[in-house]
Order: sequence, then structure tokens, then C-alpha cells
Amino acid sequence: MSINLDPKIPQGDLKDKWDKHKFESKLVNPANKRKFTVIVVGTGLAGGSAAATLAELGYNVLSFCIQDTPRRAHSIAAQGGINAAKNYPNDGDSVKRLFYDTIKGGDYRAREANVYRLAQVSTNIIDQMVSQGVPFAREYGGYLDNRSFGGAQVSRTFYARGQTGQQLLLGCYSGMMKMVAKGKIKMFNRREMMDLVTINGKARGIIVRNLITGELERYAADAVLLCTGGYGNVFYLSTNAMASNASAAWRCYKRGAAFANPCFTQIHPTCIPVHGDYQSKLTLMSESLRNDGRVWVPKKQNDTRKPADIPEDERDYYLERVYPSFGNLAPRDVSSRQAKYRYDEGKGVGPTKQAVYLDFRDAIKRDGRDVIAGKYGNLFEMYERITGDDPYKTPMMIYPAVHYTMGGLWVDYNLQSTVPALHVLGEANFSDHGANRLGASALMQGLADGYFVIPSTLSHYLASTPLEKITTEAQEFKDAEEAVRIQTSKLLGVKGKQTVDTFHKKLGHYMWDYVGMSRNEAGLKKAIDGIRKLREEFWHDVNVPGDTGNFNIELHKATRVADFLELGELMALDALERNESCGGHFREEYQTPDGEAQRDDANYAHSAVWEYTGPNSSPIRHKEELKFEYVQLATRSYK
Amino acid sequence: MSSETMTLNLKIWRQKNAQAEGKLVDYRVENVSPDMSFLEMIDVLNEQLVRKGEDPIAFDHDCREGICGMCSMMIDGKAHGGYKNTTTCQVHMRLYKNGDTIVIEPFRAQAFPLIKDLAVDRGAIDKVMMSGGYISANTGNAPDANAMLIPKPIADEAMDAAACIGCGACVASCPNGSGMLFMGAKISQLALLPQGEPESPRRALNMVHTHDQLGFGNCTNHAECEATCPKGISIEHIARMNREYLKAAFTYHEKNRSEGGA
Repeated sequence: MSINLDPKIPQGDLKDKWDKHKFESKLVNPANKRKFTVIVVGTGLAGGSAAATLAELGYNVLSFCIQDTPRRAHSIAAQGGINAAKNYPNDGDSVKRLFYDTIKGGDYRAREANVYRLAQVSTNIIDQMVSQGVPFAREYGGYLDNRSFGGAQVSRTFYARGQTGQQLLLGCYSGMMKMVAKGKIKMFNRREMMDLVTINGKARGIIVRNLITGELERYAADAVLLCTGGYGNVFYLSTNAMASNASAAWRCYKRGAAFANPCFTQIHPTCIPVHGDYQSKLTLMSESLRNDGRVWVPKKQNDTRKPADIPEDERDYYLERVYPSFGNLAPRDVSSRQAKYRYDEGKGVGPTKQAVYLDFRDAIKRDGRDVIAGKYGNLFEMYERITGDDPYKTPMMIYPAVHYTMGGLWVDYNLQSTVPALHVLGEANFSDHGANRLGASALMQGLADGYFVIPSTLSHYLASTPLEKITTEAQEFKDAEEAVRIQTSKLLGVKGKQTVDTFHKKLGHYMWDYVGMSRNEAGLKKAIDGIRKLREEFWHDVNVPGDTGNFNIELHKATRVADFLELGELMALDALERNESCGGHFREEYQTPDGEAQRDDANYAHSAVWEYTGPNSSPIRHKEELKFEYVQLATRSYK
Repeated sequence: MSSETMTLNLKIWRQKNAQAEGKLVDYRVENVSPDMSFLEMIDVLNEQLVRKGEDPIAFDHDCREGICGMCSMMIDGKAHGGYKNTTTCQVHMRLYKNGDTIVIEPFRAQAFPLIKDLAVDRGAIDKVMMSGGYISANTGNAPDANAMLIPKPIADEAMDAAACIGCGACVASCPNGSGMLFMGAKISQLALLPQGEPESPRRALNMVHTHDQLGFGNCTNHAECEATCPKGISIEHIARMNREYLKAAFTYHEKNRSEGGA
């Protein structure tokens, strides 16, 4: 094995590990911090919180953002909320319970120590965000309000209407703006990372494209933090933003950062269904709606009656039927799969039949329209704007869509990848959610990594590692920049017939049909073969007009799709090699008689960690064995 | 959902870069579905242009669900098309009919220089934020979140202001190119909350000063901003900003004091 997969989990009892680790970590004294420069790529919750916090501590931060301002990173679109083990409602929550729910929710495929730390710092996140002026929902007494999310039987989710991600991101952004004004963060907007530069085996810089001028630029630092989010857009249609892409992470993979569990993707059960082949993205309807909405389909196949005309006893409230104890708040992977079963049975609704109802009739009858409007008004308006239907009068139609990726670059307990000095935070890493992420836990993880984990682990790295003096004139920078330049001219030189989006859509079909909600051996092999051929075709027939010297939107898309065409194959390969079902990874060959995921703990209680070996050779699958000392592996049941 | 499609005539502002001359160019788009979003309609046009080997239309967009604030555009002279509480990405083609002519231009304001076609540089919004749009709470300083009680009506009003997505529609709609709605919303949000109160006077003075220096105009109560704001932010927040500013101008003085000690 040429890569080191030591997770560096601290010794000691689970609940003491993080405190002990912080105490044993080396510190950089305040006067020395200003001698270090840290590159932070991405300005979502992970990157924004890390950049602001490191700058406050005194480091020089170079922050890179693909949009025109950090306030637009895709964390902004998270609707429902953020989990924290505050136990304010006194309903039995604790750090241990949040830890346990997260491990179980991830179908026992995450590292215990990381998840416990996440639960521990969750409470500090809420304190921090309130102190920054995030207007969380409150009760009349002035205390913070909570609601429930899938996979939990307590109310531990804090929220700001249906715009929790926006409010948290604006909190991070305002913290960043404060430090930009103080000169401790240098902000580089409209830049896209094109490559990682390693010198003597350590990550020491990046090559970026200035999206406005088209120029390539070099930046050097003592450490690089990659906070570039997930890779859901490999499916073409997803709830991700249009610019969300995998290229930064993928380039790091090719520079030696191992990629863990690429097949672990989350299909979110409540999205507005696909309605046409011109469609550019899918829109999520927050999981919080399932606090009051009831999911159902007609009991009869191909029932074309209007929902209001279907009597009560001819409706199948299938989540309540199959999972009586969690009901409509069954976790995402389970709820999505059940929706697919209804479609497979011919009970789907709407013009494409790929939809189920999410009905607020009973909640409106019980609580009144005003109460429901108070909780979900903005989501209802958004639904009506997109579909033209009024959810106060007729049930919403929803269907699963790609939403989040649990897999990502492998990191140890310190969030360091297999490339020294390259740290990976937030959705871009793989560490905390196992095979399925619980609702309202992504915001928690991004902020935990940026605010509370990296400041401590990065100082240890910087204080304990000898760092050579380097500049952007080093040969490694020149070589990396030249490689990007060559790839760009190659893309512009193909001058084929098909547009970039045509290829992306074709890739999306392979991914959704064979590497989506359910997978099987034959389908995965078909996908691998198909994606390889598509990649060949791309490099011979793509049409990228224009040149490099300006704001070339087709070129920007083309570089991303070129990488998606490689990543898609690795995802299919990973899914093929994991001969079990767990969380969001459902292999049809491995299921219980009632259609639930069947894990194989004897052979697959590990993270699959892929090492890149070159353009023309197969990647190597390594394993990080997962040791469960504090929770007992059990069949995950929400019944 | 309807299956009938439309043909539309578009007049779109094309300009290679900030220095070049710009002009409206006519395009015709066929097979527009009423279920398409406005930006998906432009995607379709761009696919046609790329196939013909022409330069596609540059425009800003990202989340396409009305929250990131990246999309802009003046549609028939109105920011985001002028529909109530709607960003451009959430405008759907069912609002138009077969044969319509639609004029599409970039946001125009002194503080927002043009980049290319429909994309403009809204960096001035960040600069205003940098001069005080925050609460100085370094990570790790915070007391327990419930240690400070905030009455629900206050929290709700702060949230109304905080909903701003920083798109700049208020600036583009204002005859004076004023940024007072987005700035007022931030000043108001933080002044309403007890956490933001200590820095409130300083924040109001500095932000207003920066705003004026960046080429944004003053507010003269046209209220175009409120009418066009995709998040329905009220000009009451401009009024609260003015109160904060006046209060601070009369009472707030910063003295330079030595921070040395033994």
C-alpha cells in the first residue's frame, strides 16, 4: 500500500478523545500565526467559517470563491435547519443520542470518533451563530424554537424560517467581510480552482482560472483547505447549484488525495418532479414539510382521479403504514426508496407518474391555514411559482432527486487528506455521515469543521511540520499551470458537433438509471462501459466555442464535465465493488424480504478508499476498517 | 402543466466587455414550454447559439431556486421582471404568451460596472458589508444561545430584514441607483437584535459613508426598491437605518485611547 490510511483517532474514552486531542495538539503562538498563509478554496459554511476563524486567529488567509461574492455559495440553499444536541425541549436529547442517531442514520459506515466530536461541538455552533446575529426562530418567551427532522425522535433542529442555510451562510460571510476589511483575508472572487500544486509531497498551492479574464493564476501557501462541496451534479439534474462541481476535489484526487466511498450519494425524497428534458435543475422541498405533511399514493394502479376525489380508504399513507414509529419522518434513503417502490408498482401520480403526494389537508384542518403558513409559507409560495399549483388547496407532488454526496476525499481525524497539508472540510470530505446523511446535519458538519475542528488541527500541523520557503516561481507551479493550459487548448481544439450540456445530460442518464436509487451488477457494468465510451466521444466531438481570453461560460462548463465523466465511472466502480446494501447505496441483489437494505458487516464494515494510479490504469481500492466500540451494529429499523 | 409551446421574440443586450459598445440584438426562440423557467428559456437559446458557432449570452445565475441572489437581468425594464417576490430564476414562462416580445438587459447602476452581456460586477455590495455589516463575535466567545432572550416579534422582524439576498435589484430599480434598501436591511436587522446593539452607531455611520463613496445614490422615497425586491423587504428598514444614522451622528464619538498597560 502506497498511501497511509491511519485515521489518527486519539486514544482514550470516546467522550474524552477530542478534549485530549486538543490539549495534546501543538499551538502556534499569536505572534507566529501571521507568518503562515492558508489557502481556503470555497466559501460555503465550511470554507466561510474556516476562513473567518483562521483570520481572526491571525493567519493570513487567501479565500477563493467561484461566484461573484462568498455570500452566494450553495450552502445558502439549505432550507430546513441545523441539528444540535442542546436538549432545550427537554425531550431526551444528548450528545450521545445525536451521536447514536447519526451513526445509525449513516447505516454504520462512519467513524465513531469523528461523529462523536461532531455531536459534541454541535452545541457551540448554535451559540456562535446566535452571537453573530442569526435570527433563528423563537418562541414568545424569547427562547429558541426547535423542530424535528427525519431519523430522530427528538426535536433538535434549529431553524430560520425555510432559509436556515442562507442565514448561517450570511453569518459566516459577514464574519469574513469583517476580516477582509482588516486585511487578514484576501478575497479572490470569480476564481475556479484548476489544480493543486504539491512540492516535496506537501500541498503548497493552487492554480486557479480567473473566470472573467480567462487568465490562469498561481497562489502559494503553507496549507490548503478544500471546502468545495459535493459532486451531486455528476447526475446533471440535482438540487445542487449550476456551478457546483467536483473538479477541485477531482484534481486533488489525481494529485494523490484518496477518494472515499464515491458511491455514497443521497437521493432526497421531497423534490419537485422532473417535467421536461430542457430542465436545468431540480428544486428541493424541505424535509421539514414532513413534520406536518402526509405522504401518500392511491391504492389503485394508474388512478387518474384528482387527489381530492380519492376517498380516504383508497389512499395508501405508505410511510405511516410501513414505519409506524417514525412515520412520515423516516430517514431520506428509506423514504426515497419507498417512493420508488410505489412508482414501480404503478401507483405514481401526475403526468409522468414519477411523483407521490405530500398532503397538508389534515394539518390545515387541525392547526388552521395561518399556522401552516407561518411554518412553511415561503416553501408553499416557491412550490406554486414553479408548478402553478397551490399546495393549500391540492397536495404537493414530490419525487426523489439527487441532493448530497456522503462520499468525498478521505481525511483522518485531523481532516487531513492523504496529501500532507491538504485538509478537506464539509461536504467535500467523507467522514461523518457514513452511507446516509440525516436531515439538518450538513450545516452542522460544515460549521463544525470550519469553526471548531480545523483551527485546532491545523495549528498542530503548522507547528509540527518543517515547511520549506517556496514561491510561485517553483517548477511545480509552472508545470501544473502548463498542464491546465494544455487541457484547455485541447478542449477548445476539438471543435466537434455536440454541446457540453448534451454530454452532461447523457452522463446524467447513465448515472440516474444505473448508479441512482437502486443498483445492480449488470446495470453498473453497463454504466461503466457506457461512460467510458461517452468520455471518448466527448474528447472527439465536443463543441466549445470561443477562446480563453475572456468570460467563456462554455469553457467553464466543459472543464467540469470532463471531470464528471471520470468521476462517474469511479462511482459506478465503487458501487459495483460494494456487495451489500447500506444507506443510500442500495444493491438490488442484497435486500431483506421486505425490501430493506441488507448490510454485510462481516465483509464491508469499512470505507472504500480509492487511489489514483494514472490516466490509463485502474484505481486501487484500499480499505479503512471501521471499529465500533461504543455502538452495537444492528439492523437499522424505523418500524 | 400544459403541453402547448410558444414562440418568443427576444431583444437581448449584447456587449463583449466593459469597454466595448453594446446593443440590443434580436433572437427568436421556438418551442418554449410554459413550465420552463426564464433562465431555462435562455439556456435553450444558448444551445442554439453554440450549435451555430456563435458566442452564447453571458448571464449570472447559480442556485436557480431564488435564494443565492446571483441572477439579475432587467426584463422588460423591470428588475427580475417585476413579479411579486420573485427572482429571475423563478420567473416561469407560463407568465408569457405565444408571440410576445421580451426585452432583456443587464442591471444598470453606477456602482455595478458591466462585465459582459447581462453580467455585471456587484462587488460594491461586499464593500458596503465590509464597512460594518457584521457583529464582531469571534469564534469561541459566545455565551449559551438561550442566555439572551429575544422576543418573537423582534426576532421575526430581524428575519424579515435578514432575508435580503444581495441581488442588487433595489439598486437597479432606483432612479438614483441607491443601495439603501439592502444596506438598511442589514443595519436594521443588527440594530433590532441585542447582540448587534453595541456596534450599532459605528455600523450605521461607517456603512452609510462607504455606500456614498462607492457611487450609490441617495434615497428620495420612490419606493421602487420595495416594489421590486424579490424578498419583499420593506422600506421601513431604510427608515430605521436613518434613525440609527441620525442618532449616531449626534451622539457617537470615537476617541483614540491607548490600550497599553502594565
